[in-house]
Amino acid sequence: MNVLVCVKRVPMVGARIVLTPDQMEVDVRQLGFTVSPHEECAVEEAVRIVERDGGTVTVLTLGPPEAADQLRDAAAIGANRLVHLVTDGREWDAIATAEAIVEAIRRDEAEQGPYALILLGSEAADTGDYQVGVRVAHALGRPTVSGIKHLDIGDEVLVAKREFRGGDELYELALPCVIAVKEGINLPRYPSLPGRIRAKKMPIEATEIVWREGPVRTERLRVPEEPRERAEILGAGVDGVPALVALLGQWGLLA
Amino acid sequence: MVARGGVVCFLEHDVDGVLDASLRALTLARSLSESSGRVLVAAMMGMVPPSDLEALAGYGVSDVFQVVVEGVEGYAPMGWARALLDLVETWGADALVAAGTDRGNEVMAHVGATTWLPMVANCLAASWLDARSLRLSRQRWAGSLVEDAVVEGVPVLLTVAPDGVAAEPAATPIATAGHEHRLAASENDRRVVVTEWIGRGGGVALADARVVVGGGRGVGSEEGFAALDELAGLLGAAVGVSRAVTSAGWRPHAQQVGQTGTKISPELYLACGISGATQHLAGCRSAKHVVTINTDPDAPILSRADYAIVGDVAVIVPALVAAIRERT
Repeated sequence: MNVLVCVKRVPMVGARIVLTPDQMEVDVRQLGFTVSPHEECAVEEAVRIVERDGGTVTVLTLGPPEAADQLRDAAAIGANRLVHLVTDGREWDAIATAEAIVEAIRRDEAEQGPYALILLGSEAADTGDYQVGVRVAHALGRPTVSGIKHLDIGDEVLVAKREFRGGDELYELALPCVIAVKEGINLPRYPSLPGRIRAKKMPIEATEIVWREGPVRTERLRVPEEPRERAEILGAGVDGVPALVALLGQWGLLA
Repeated sequence: MVARGGVVCFLEHDVDGVLDASLRALTLARSLSESSGRVLVAAMMGMVPPSDLEALAGYGVSDVFQVVVEGVEGYAPMGWARALLDLVETWGADALVAAGTDRGNEVMAHVGATTWLPMVANCLAASWLDARSLRLSRQRWAGSLVEDAVVEGVPVLLTVAPDGVAAEPAATPIATAGHEHRLAASENDRRVVVTEWIGRGGGVALADARVVVGGGRGVGSEEGFAALDELAGLLGAAVGVSRAVTSAGWRPHAQQVGQTGTKISPELYLACGISGATQHLAGCRSAKHVVTINTDPDAPILSRADYAIVGDVAVIVPALVAAIRERT
């Protein structure tokens, strides 16, 4: 089975997010970068499917030249082929991102036939648009479902599971299809040393793409006001317990 | 029946009524409709019990459409999206609003993908600037950042952050009229449907829990959670955990609170041995009270909590359990 995984490079934020002085972007000078968490799991899932059933894992990213690092991270855990849609570093909105991904998929599929499965993350850690997978699926005319935390793949259909109000709901989709997964679908492996060496040498098929303006115009970013500043210390060690029990009673939380 | 240019709010409901996240979405939709004197109507999938309809009058909804997609049962994202779009087009609505839940975001993404309209997820506020453009605030980084932005073009598609807007009834309830809106499912609509639902085994669902007992790396081990489970049992609480805990395999991912897990809005979040990474705080920002037990008085969680006990979870939680047992 040939699987395509779409990943996004995002900053690794710490306890607090710092903005640039013009408040238009996150100040990433002190930050490292990573693959957005849901998508890291998507890569792991694709590698597991191909390890079991054979086939290839192609990983595609749309991002700045530095996003090649995230493609190599994917290669280090088992991706076979790396595709980079290289941007000038500006943020792409969901519609333009989906369009560019679909154009790349059509080029690929014209040569090698359809991907049986296209995996993405449910939403990117930074922009959180919750829609690129659905837009890609519509453009390709394939069924799709998002928020998936378990996949069982058969010859012609797959069963996908997602959480709903504390339970699970199952979907059965015909292949080929597009699935947006969530962290928790698996626990991604750590890359092995041979994997890292292989990744370093793996060629990247890079294409420069031209930024397209989206319909949502950012005016500014801001850090929301937090309702709390500093916790009141109830005590050290077990000495703090009576005060906590009193609070629980006061809040009506003790039966 | 419905004036042109109105705001349609898609509400999810379950056996226990309209979802809280949908009432929050409805509150934002109402303020959007009021910003330009537009009417507010609601759309619900399937037949709606009268008690749910009555609840909506208090939220300022003039008309409720019970949307029936003939030929599919239960959740069918493509069918639901097509029916909502049909409703919006039939009445010339200028905005379609839904809750930023898995289903809300997914259905709205389908509407956006069908029409090539923008879909703006997890909004916190929205108002009309003029007939075709809207100013809004939306969450970025799962709510750790807010973006103020302008979006152009109608109908505008928005989802509302479930942890970012409080549900508030309207100042003056109005009479609500019920209608049906029917659409036959297409073959395409039937390609994606829920085929089976597996209820949770028991206990309290994390997202709806009134009290959540949280455990992080400071709990120390899988075995260390026994005391937290006992405390949760006493308080009728759900157990929630940090990403470090699910990554270590101590607890299943379904219990993870945070940006990539579940967002919670309990009365009390009791965070035990949790340092307070941005990833985690993004999931518990809307808890009413936050209490933390932590060995490190400088941990970030202390600046996001109302009260703290400084000390070891392994000592304090059993003492807390004993004290509660003694009292009750």
